[in-house]
Amino acid sequence: MPSFVIQEKCDGCKGGDKTACMYICPNDLMVLDPNAMKAYNQEPNQCWECFSCVKICPTQAIEVRGYSDFVPLGSSVMPMLGTEDVMWTCKFRNGLVKRFKFPIRTTPEGTANAYTDLKAKDLDSELLATEEADGLVYKAPETV
Amino acid sequence: MALPNKVLGELKAVRDPEVEEREVDILIVGGGMAATGAAFEAKKWMSDGQTVLLCDKAAMERSGAVAQGLSAINTYIGENAIEDYVRMVRNDLMGIVREDLIFDLGNHIDDSVHLFEEWGLPMWKKSAEGKTLNGKKGMSMGTLKSGAAPVRTGKWQIMINGESYKRIVAEAAKLALGDENILERIFIVELLLDANKENQVAGAVGFSVRENKVYIIKCKTMLVACGGAVNIYQPRSVGEGMGRAWYPVWNAGSTYTMCMKVGAELTMMENRFTPARFKDGYGPVGAWFLLFKAKALNGLGENFAASDAAKAELAKYAPYGTAAVTPTCLRNHLMLFEMKAGRGPIMMDTVTALAALAAKLDKKELKSLESEAWEDFLDMTCGQANLWCAQNCEPEKKNSEIMPTEPYLLGSHSGCCGLWTSGPDLDWVPDSYKVKAANGKVYNRMTTVDGLFTAGDGVGGSGHKFSSGSHAEGRMAAKAMVKFVRDNADFTPAISQTSQELVDMIYKPVRTYMDNCEYTTAVDINPNYLKPEGMAFRLMKATHEYGAGTATFYQTSTKSLEIVMDLLQVMREDCDKLAAGDLHELMRCWEIFHRIWTVESHLRHIQFRKETRYPGFYYQSDYPGQDDENWFCFTNSKYDPKAGTWDTFKRDYIKIIPD
Repeated sequence: MPSFVIQEKCDGCKGGDKTACMYICPNDLMVLDPNAMKAYNQEPNQCWECFSCVKICPTQAIEVRGYSDFVPLGSSVMPMLGTEDVMWTCKFRNGLVKRFKFPIRTTPEGTANAYTDLKAKDLDSELLATEEADGLVYKAPETV
Repeated sequence: MALPNKVLGELKAVRDPEVEEREVDILIVGGGMAATGAAFEAKKWMSDGQTVLLCDKAAMERSGAVAQGLSAINTYIGENAIEDYVRMVRNDLMGIVREDLIFDLGNHIDDSVHLFEEWGLPMWKKSAEGKTLNGKKGMSMGTLKSGAAPVRTGKWQIMINGESYKRIVAEAAKLALGDENILERIFIVELLLDANKENQVAGAVGFSVRENKVYIIKCKTMLVACGGAVNIYQPRSVGEGMGRAWYPVWNAGSTYTMCMKVGAELTMMENRFTPARFKDGYGPVGAWFLLFKAKALNGLGENFAASDAAKAELAKYAPYGTAAVTPTCLRNHLMLFEMKAGRGPIMMDTVTALAALAAKLDKKELKSLESEAWEDFLDMTCGQANLWCAQNCEPEKKNSEIMPTEPYLLGSHSGCCGLWTSGPDLDWVPDSYKVKAANGKVYNRMTTVDGLFTAGDGVGGSGHKFSSGSHAEGRMAAKAMVKFVRDNADFTPAISQTSQELVDMIYKPVRTYMDNCEYTTAVDINPNYLKPEGMAFRLMKATHEYGAGTATFYQTSTKSLEIVMDLLQVMREDCDKLAAGDLHELMRCWEIFHRIWTVESHLRHIQFRKETRYPGFYYQSDYPGQDDENWFCFTNSKYDPKAGTWDTFKRDYIKIIPD
């Protein structure tokens, strides 16, 4: 299900230093045509349909069309990524529409506790830093 | 009319790239779950003045196997005994696993899961009445760490709302390591051995896929965690759909190839994974089997896995086949048996399963059940959801076909190929499992090359880590790497190649392209070079036909293996003539190179192991059935980088955990 870019909606991320889809694609597929200032998928048969570009596009210019070798035309699946939830709109070929909303995160973006101040102590123990801080004990197995 | 030659990509390659040289104590190669685990852990153990750098081929917030998200965490020990975790993995992988590695990992997995929840990953919970609450509503029950009950689908799996799983984990990794210590879009392609110290890693080289720049990075120790290998066999879909691989299509076997090329010992490379998934979309079946209790039916509508014939077949593979949970390969084996007998296709009976559940639920609960079924796809295989939409498939009204996929190589899911590494240096661990460094010490998750560590898909002999276990294993390796740096404080890495030699090696496909592209009118067809896409198809055709691909129902033979080994030899020769006109293509050149080496090791191992240990994953037709007397052991291999030769040999399996 390769991603495609809608000509009218793509603004090339306004010539900023980072084109969102190009930044995010895990397989380096999305590129910006610098003359047209529009992005496109340069290798559709290597698209994993991970929707990373669809979710990140600031102008909702990217959608996906099912892989031509096995997906009939006429359906679509579109996410709207918020800060706490994702809303999915699933359109069937026969016109049926289903909508789903799922939580994606329970904390504000940017606030993950990375324990940056935690200085671990015993480099020769079997414990990881937060396990050591919590006073956990490494278990030994019951052996044969 | 002749058209002017032009490169395909937008980021054109130049003949002489810029060179950036760096030196750090610790280098982390990769950006997936294992690498982000290492990134989170490293600095907590490092002393002032020690340095670290992470290189990711993509952007960390969506790189690796969890890029798309996940609907479950498949390993959370919780209330279970770690010994039982080892027993489960051992049974699923037909007896031969590194129990020290698995038990050791079992000690740490839950700590990573607890961190994920603290960082904001929504975890489903059981309410006081035993009802299912999603990750948001479930917050009222407290955290897993504080004792709240997760929603389990099987003994080990817990349900999550995991669309942003990787973004959350990457955020913590970036905050912990510091943006200044992370390079994204840098593809590391070769490791370098130390010029003075035998069998010691000293650095790595790679290039930017965003600018014409080669990176030469010296280090004292390194983690290589770049996932498994995908698109190594011809996929069932060969048009646009070849990107719809079950595992991430960008996993190019880089972990195995880079490590083996500096002489690191591999183990169980014959072990592969061919998951049975919803046909074409490759959506997950776990929730359907475990959560919704659906059955797979053959073409005659029979629950074939429950038949007497199936039970008799499974009994041939006792004790694994007769265990309470049938090993993954044997479940495939039964399915293939039906398909070969003409009793296909295999259908997931979603209609009956949902009707049975609906009979017990009120309207609101039913709505939430439907939502759960769709979320399972939308969280981790969006394309499967679209396929159902395109086929007008509502699972309560229409059953869906399931099918075993093309083969994948990995060490973190229901597979266990990878590097031979050390486990913990504890008295219950057999001495033969301890890899000793030159200083006589043992470093957890270190390969047989000093200073070279791996985690996740890289560590062989211990499957079923999944996302949480890979993260925990990356953390374990990071701690051991800091210990390695402390113990080798006087070591200064030195590389024998000049910068120019390294640039010439990495940019060879660019030069080949530039030197020859004007000769023909069509840029992709030229007698003096081969584009990486062509080589990728050549590899997949060869494995498909001779290497136990789907073409032969996963069967190979001694003669077929001889043929494919010859084909691989020629492919490696022709890799000298790979050509890249742009940076994206240069990445593809190195990826196919990595894939070819990884596949060669896979097939060498299949050639060596003269039995069929994993029926359903592959069959060596000349050696059907299991031969415990001769082959109840690890099969390992080592490539000698100086001599350019391979050695394949056995290593003893030692049982640690009682039955």
